[in-house]
Amino acid sequence: MTEERIKLGHGSGGILTRRLIEETLLRFFPSERLATLPDSAWLDLPGGRLAFTTDSYVVDPIFFPGGDIGKLAVFGTVNDLAVVGALPRFISCALILEEGLPMADLETILASMKEAADAAGVEVVTGDTKVVPRGKADAVFINTAGVGVVPEGSSLPGGRALPGDVVIASGPLGDHGAAVLSKREGLSLGSSVESDCAPLTAAAQAVLRNAARVPFMRDLTRGGLATVLNEATAGDAPAILLRETAIPVREEVRSICELLGLDALYLACEGRLAAIVDPENAPAVVDALRATPGAEGTCVIGEVSAHYRGEVVLETQLGTHRLLQMLSGEQLPRIC
Amino acid sequence: MCWAVPAKIVEIDGDVGKVELSGTSRQVGLQLIADPHVGDYVLIHAGFAIQKVDEEEAHKTLDLLAEMFEAAGPNHEVRR
Amino acid sequence: MKFVDEFRNIEAARELAAGIGRAVDSLPDARRLRFMEVCGGHTMAIHRFGIPHLLPDVVELLSGPGCPVCVTPTTYLDRALELGRRDGAVLATFGDLYRVPGSQSSLEDAVADGLDVRVVYSATDAVQIALEAPEREVIFLAIGFETTAPGTAATIRQARAEGAGNFRVLSGHKTMPPALKALVDSPSVALDGLILPGHVSTIIGTEPYEFLARDYGIACCVTGFEPTDVLLGILSLVRQLVEGKPRVDNQYRRAARDAGNPLARDAVAEVFEPADSQWRGLGMIPASGLAVRAEWQEHSVDPPDPDVPSQEHEVCRCTEVLRGLVRPVECPLFGKACTPDSPVGACMVSSEGACAASYKYGEARRGHD
Repeated sequence: MTEERIKLGHGSGGILTRRLIEETLLRFFPSERLATLPDSAWLDLPGGRLAFTTDSYVVDPIFFPGGDIGKLAVFGTVNDLAVVGALPRFISCALILEEGLPMADLETILASMKEAADAAGVEVVTGDTKVVPRGKADAVFINTAGVGVVPEGSSLPGGRALPGDVVIASGPLGDHGAAVLSKREGLSLGSSVESDCAPLTAAAQAVLRNAARVPFMRDLTRGGLATVLNEATAGDAPAILLRETAIPVREEVRSICELLGLDALYLACEGRLAAIVDPENAPAVVDALRATPGAEGTCVIGEVSAHYRGEVVLETQLGTHRLLQMLSGEQLPRIC
Repeated sequence: MCWAVPAKIVEIDGDVGKVELSGTSRQVGLQLIADPHVGDYVLIHAGFAIQKVDEEEAHKTLDLLAEMFEAAGPNHEVRR
Repeated sequence: MKFVDEFRNIEAARELAAGIGRAVDSLPDARRLRFMEVCGGHTMAIHRFGIPHLLPDVVELLSGPGCPVCVTPTTYLDRALELGRRDGAVLATFGDLYRVPGSQSSLEDAVADGLDVRVVYSATDAVQIALEAPEREVIFLAIGFETTAPGTAATIRQARAEGAGNFRVLSGHKTMPPALKALVDSPSVALDGLILPGHVSTIIGTEPYEFLARDYGIACCVTGFEPTDVLLGILSLVRQLVEGKPRVDNQYRRAARDAGNPLARDAVAEVFEPADSQWRGLGMIPASGLAVRAEWQEHSVDPPDPDVPSQEHEVCRCTEVLRGLVRPVECPLFGKACTPDSPVGACMVSSEGACAASYKYGEARRGHD
């Protein structure tokens, strides 16, 4: 008998927990490995290197246009593995559920996770479930840790960026941030914008296989393009010069930003990467990305500059230059 | 100060209107505008329409820019 | 986007900049021209598009007291926090005010202490909160200039009509013309021109600024916020100086009629009356604020005493920055103890303050090919 809502008892470790796992969780992740509910998973991996990452997901609202917290939790971790040049293989899934969460919501999230895992070619091999009292979590928090494989001889990102290196973004910016904001309670915006939440494995491989050098590659999550590129220029590193007119932003995202006084360069994406590559192979990289599903909107957005040091500079639409700083504090809608 | 954007009224229901700007829509208060109509462009600030955007005046400014252009040389174009 | 993109035209901007250069060259004497803008939106536009570097070197653009967040005194924040600590209170605020520090803490810090603070996009959202939770006291932090006050007035009327007795406003609204007068009367940089606030002017029109040209000989122009708008405004100022006839020009007629918006002004007059107001960085300016009238008191909470000054750091030079006497980089705290993440003074607290804009966008640079 399936319950309608999560109760504290579901996290107690006793019969209710067992029932939740067997009747609900395992239903979405059927596998021989999980069927016996071992405490840990044995993983068979080829020789070479492992990549390992973890992330927790606390997005609010948990359902947003284009996805939900489950999809995010899988693709987010997959992408952290993909951009370091690894092939994602296995994921853990730890759930913290708020007492009172409708079971139907949990099932929707689990179905999303399974669909995302299949799309990304990863297997959920271990997990954990806890329940906290009402009010102690925002419906559901998810932690996923991921293991990926870097086959021997693979090209990996790294090395020093050189003046003239090309900066590439794999698609329009800010879709995810705008989609989540448009549904945030109190803003009541009507919009068709959807999260760009998607796996980046194919895109990352397209970059690594076609470039001779990839000094930098990251997925553009919290803080957006501006924040991530500032990480590339930290310290005494060369600077990046971006061209404002070359940076792709969808019209619907631009209009949300106009209405609320936000800057799309600071909005999160969940299915975009930024990479710095050698100029000789940049055209091939762009072509390969544009042929990769999800990265059709790839653009060259700037270059590594010899004129500045350790900063990200934006060439405005008017041809003038100004700084593009990291995000300081979460962007809030403003009237001024 | 005073972040305000031009948006088009697409629906009116008493004092409340639905406005649209390139795919984003929101309800705003229309009580500060005299005689609003569907199709009017209005400036939106903090959830209220505060003034109508005068299309004719907008064109006059664009024409002025175009004039400056033509005076400068034949190869320039003002995008409308 | 209509009425936005057409005015962001790069070629037009370059042409305007060239036009400004030619006009400057035709001035009888070669001297520095000091133009001040008094609107955070203009501060942003100028920095965001790097406009100073399209202009001839003799044109100096200064930022004045145009950001309502920057001029909201610490006493207002302190009062808001005091009200927020009352049992059952909900503070509803624009996002702009959320991280501004009062004398002790900000609204954001107070949330960690258990205060219920909600960011709203509109005053009407705050009335919604009040109607949905009749047992709570919802206090809306009403800051902003004449652009925002009409919305607050309309909302107070709505609250009465819908019986939202638990909705109250802590008015921090201020009006521009008295501040402009205080600015030009005070020891400050001698201004050649003023770039007037575009959206305040949609409400008040151009007449309230006449005294600046007439009595002080300052060239004035109301302009919009796109790059071509700002440049058209600057061109107008230079041309006025060339002609030797300062006046109040309006280059934003598509939004700001010379007569303003009478309906909006009526709403404000019905609900508010002028009151003395404390401006962070400028001190107390008589009749420069808006207080809720006695007959609407059920939707108001008492504001702080306008004679009590804002609490300021002794080394902070915002007072001089706000008057254009000092550039942000010249303040010893700039970029060190005072940054957008940990603002010390008024000019850094809002993303549109002169110091915040300077920090965020850097000193403008000329582009290079």
